[in-house]
Amino acid sequence: MIVEIGHFALVLAICAAVAQAIVPLWGARVGDNELMEVGRSAALTQFALVAIAFAALVNAHLTSDFSVLNVAENSHSAMPAVYKIAGVWGNHEGSMLLWVLILAVFGAIVALFGRPLPRTLRADALAVQGLISVAFLAFILLTSNPFERLSPAPFEGRDLNPILQDPGLAIHPPLLYLGYVGFSIVYSFAAAALIEGRIDAAWARFVRPFALVAWCFLTLGIAAGSFWAYYTLGWGGFWFWDPVENASLMPWLAGTAFVHSVAVMEKRDALKVWTIFLAIVAFSFSLLGTFLVRSGVLTSVHAFANDPRRGVFILAILALFICGSFALFASRAPMLKQGGLFAPISREGALIVNNLLLTTSCATVLFGTLYPLALEQLTGEKITVGAPFFNLTCGALLLTACFVAPFGFSLAWKRGDLLGVAQRLTVAIVAGAVTAVLGAAWLRGGPILAPIAAGLAIFVIVGSLTEVVMRLWRPGVRPGVAVKRAIGLPLSFFGAAIAHIGVGMTLLGLAGVGFGAETIATLHKGVAERVGPYAITLDSVGERVGPNYKEAATSMTVRSGDAVVAQIAPARRQFAARQMTTTQAGLATLDFGQVYVSIADPTPDGDVPARLYWKPLVTLIWLGGAAMALGGALSLADRRLRLGVAARAKASGGSLAQPAQ
Amino acid sequence: MIMRPLRLALIALALASAPALAVQPDEVMKDPALEARARALSAELRCMVCQNQSIDDSDAPLARDIRILIRSRIQEGESNDAVRAYLVSRYGDFILLKPPFKLETWLLWLSPPLTLCAGIAAVLLARRRAPRGTPPLSAEEEARLAALTNSDAAGG
Repeated sequence: MIVEIGHFALVLAICAAVAQAIVPLWGARVGDNELMEVGRSAALTQFALVAIAFAALVNAHLTSDFSVLNVAENSHSAMPAVYKIAGVWGNHEGSMLLWVLILAVFGAIVALFGRPLPRTLRADALAVQGLISVAFLAFILLTSNPFERLSPAPFEGRDLNPILQDPGLAIHPPLLYLGYVGFSIVYSFAAAALIEGRIDAAWARFVRPFALVAWCFLTLGIAAGSFWAYYTLGWGGFWFWDPVENASLMPWLAGTAFVHSVAVMEKRDALKVWTIFLAIVAFSFSLLGTFLVRSGVLTSVHAFANDPRRGVFILAILALFICGSFALFASRAPMLKQGGLFAPISREGALIVNNLLLTTSCATVLFGTLYPLALEQLTGEKITVGAPFFNLTCGALLLTACFVAPFGFSLAWKRGDLLGVAQRLTVAIVAGAVTAVLGAAWLRGGPILAPIAAGLAIFVIVGSLTEVVMRLWRPGVRPGVAVKRAIGLPLSFFGAAIAHIGVGMTLLGLAGVGFGAETIATLHKGVAERVGPYAITLDSVGERVGPNYKEAATSMTVRSGDAVVAQIAPARRQFAARQMTTTQAGLATLDFGQVYVSIADPTPDGDVPARLYWKPLVTLIWLGGAAMALGGALSLADRRLRLGVAARAKASGGSLAQPAQ
Repeated sequence: MIMRPLRLALIALALASAPALAVQPDEVMKDPALEARARALSAELRCMVCQNQSIDDSDAPLARDIRILIRSRIQEGESNDAVRAYLVSRYGDFILLKPPFKLETWLLWLSPPLTLCAGIAAVLLARRRAPRGTPPLSAEEEARLAALTNSDAAGG
């Protein structure tokens, strides 16, 4: 019964979404306030209904209702409750429902907190958001219904794929979706601005918080996924330039470009057309990612999504929203007035360079991902575009972007002084160069890229710190004055500094890969094996039984010299329901690096074949991601960016928008 | 899009058929220099049954077979290029993670510089179109300005 309520709620939700897509748009055209207000109530109704549907599905999974096909195929009664819940989005249908839920959440946020927005802009944005909901709700109801019943109901479920039975599944997809789908609201506002044919700095102030929220979540989602892969896959890889990963990187790159260009637009009223373009591009890449992952064009070998109808349906959605928005863009963009003059050497100029590099990397990822598909369709020839291609091309572009970042951060708006900035950054430049030289000396003829990346990372970190210090303190300034200045500076300044430091941290972690060590060996009990500066000894091998698996568990001691620094317990798990084995890596965090051990099945006489790694600074890769998100969150908390403040300021001083209510 | 889980699931499939690790101790060559060459080479080669994974990282039995083949050929004194050429002749360019530069792939390789150049050109074009400096005041504005300054002078 609850399941049917969920299904019915989903059908009602699409009705609400249709109303949301049509009525406010019409209201905005004829200038009818009440019709425009319908958009708000429809958005809230739609959110409530989708939430009911989602709760119904969660309930079915939690109670192991195997009469529901989705539960029977992806759950097991013996699974821990947290995986039963996470299993809701560990499959195609459930993950699409999560997608739509988050879409509705963002619609509801605009409906609830969008009061200070100009009324027609809000109505148009809600209508576009409603249209996206209609498309995806129809997709779920017509091709991927999670509430389908199964008769007769099986006695036991087929279990969730063991590799998904990990806390990562509870964290990574929701974060990623919040990011992906968060850009939908940016897209909706861009489309609304184009429909209205007017865009100004106030628009940028409304949209920037949403873009920052989406960007923060996307950053965290990608970092969480990368860390999950790192500890699960058994060889410590954290990024593979896999098409599905690229699908998440493209919106991130476009979104990163957007949060930079929207800052220019907000402060200087420049780059308006470009910013709108990026807003459309960022969400288009989210849609493209959905298509690539959900349609099965890339991953025909596995069974996550294999119904060709789904692929065609998503392709139709993709075509509608991308072509539609670009057509709108092409017809309306020339009407948008450009403003804000600036010299080439200025903060604006540096941000343009940033945008050029980020969008070029984004395009490169797009080319690299789609080229093999296109080539195979056109000529039948199969090629692989793998990590070496992306490392070379995107690596060069993104390293250049990192090099430019501290200069851009220190340059003044409108007209900057490059020589002066270079002088300001002297300490950072020297620190970076010294790091690179020391690193190269340490590796002696090893890969040259790692020391260069390390030097660049230090340059970015020290450069960002320098700018913060220079704003607060000069020789002779009393500490009290510096603190006062710190309080006076906008939070978004500190946000940007922390985000840039995060970029430096991630880069430093990546550079650390080049300084790592690896040992492949069969471990005998009591015999130490060296990896990097550490020695690892196998202490014991045993069997353990978990709720729905049994595992060969080992215990190992990590020593530095004679001192014991850590105990690790790498294991191999056997899941009976799906006849699968997973590797549980043994991890020990030492400073910012990690000792990483993954094992194969122990031999009958108790020896353990293993790969041992020492990965210096590796945790910085994800800590850097967290720092970037923290920086974004700080910018978000900036008083000036809060919707209400922006509107109140405008209501008292400007004529840009109608006063709210 | 549950990204990683997709590839995880795939790897799980490979694991299910042969529970093994990527490079295993019994594969390692005695000569560290030759082993380093084998590792470098296998990092450039795609595991044909996996998704975008090098044979160096893969757990699939096919990847193991190719790793062993590479090592036996290197042991026999073949150069890396010769081993690579042999594998390409058997499996095609598909096995190379880094696509070779040729007729079918020049567009792929040139896409980043071309995109960048197009972007730079667009920026320069936009700058040329944009008005330079502040436009001069119109006659009406001049008059208003004069009126304002006059009244200021009178009042002050």
